[in-house]
Amino acid sequence: MYPATLHILLAEDDQDDRLFFRDAFDEVKIEHTLAEFEDGIDLMNYLHDTDVLPHIVFLDLNMPGKSGLECLKEIRSNNRLRDLSVAIYSTSASNNNIEETFIAGANVYIKKPKDFSTLKKIISDVIHINWQYVTDGLNRENYMLSY
Amino acid sequence: MNLFVKYNLETTCRTILQEQLDKFSFEYTITGMGCVKFNDRIPMDQYQKLTAELNRYGIEIIDNQKAILVQKIKETILSMLQYSDSMPLMKISSYLSEKLGESYRTLSQVFSEVCHLSIESFIIIHKIELVKQLMVSENLSLTEISYRLHYSSVAHLSNQFKKITGLTPTTFNKIVRTKRNQPLLN
Repeated sequence: MYPATLHILLAEDDQDDRLFFRDAFDEVKIEHTLAEFEDGIDLMNYLHDTDVLPHIVFLDLNMPGKSGLECLKEIRSNNRLRDLSVAIYSTSASNNNIEETFIAGANVYIKKPKDFSTLKKIISDVIHINWQYVTDGLNRENYMLSY
Repeated sequence: MNLFVKYNLETTCRTILQEQLDKFSFEYTITGMGCVKFNDRIPMDQYQKLTAELNRYGIEIIDNQKAILVQKIKETILSMLQYSDSMPLMKISSYLSEKLGESYRTLSQVFSEVCHLSIESFIIIHKIELVKQLMVSENLSLTEISYRLHYSSVAHLSNQFKKITGLTPTTFNKIVRTKRNQPLLN
């Protein structure tokens, strides 16, 4: 009923941003593991390979090699991976962008805030709501959150 | 001067356990290593106190009594939301504590500890889930939904929806329908 540990993956090409996110995850009170990837190609290789699927994946929209959106589409079209929770984030966001990303199958869209405390709050909210989807089997078709 | 001691861990633990349990008024027997048998059910607040007392000695209670209580809280809330016609007229807090026989303070403490979420947030999240479901699966209008789920107004419903999901109900609905109509990815 309650998985002991929440598994989180993060794909982000910018080293500083990875640190930023790592610090934000550190504040999350649910016991968790975090695996980081420097680009979408590494992430997807890992996902296709691993036996232990994560509970949520955070993807930077703009990455060289394979963008967040490409990863998302690959995840959604793979039978084994399609039910993963995917959170996409980006520095800029028009309403059209956001809608397109949801239509492609994102569960969460985060417009990256400028300050750290807002990011921490968002990360914590996302993790907690995602936990509800993990533990209470909420309808995934309706799982869409925009920050 | 050095004093060397030899101790029997089993006796030590058993004594600590006894001393702590004797502080409470329930009848118990320690059956073998690591199991205490109670004659009656322990009220949750006493149980929490006992947990705290034992934790001071590094003794942890292995069980899922809390998880069971949380499950009961969730079930009560969800059935209350599902059958909104029978929505209690009293406050949710008194409804829960009456129905489950524990104080609301205890209920919310245990709930937050296990779920990392307050009962209030849980209710709002699930209420919004229900709104989504009624909108998407049953094609109900926002007016109908707000009436059915006892929102004071459509505006209140829309605001809460936007606050939780970041999307307006209309945008949400539009995205779900577009997603449904797009050819299956393969």
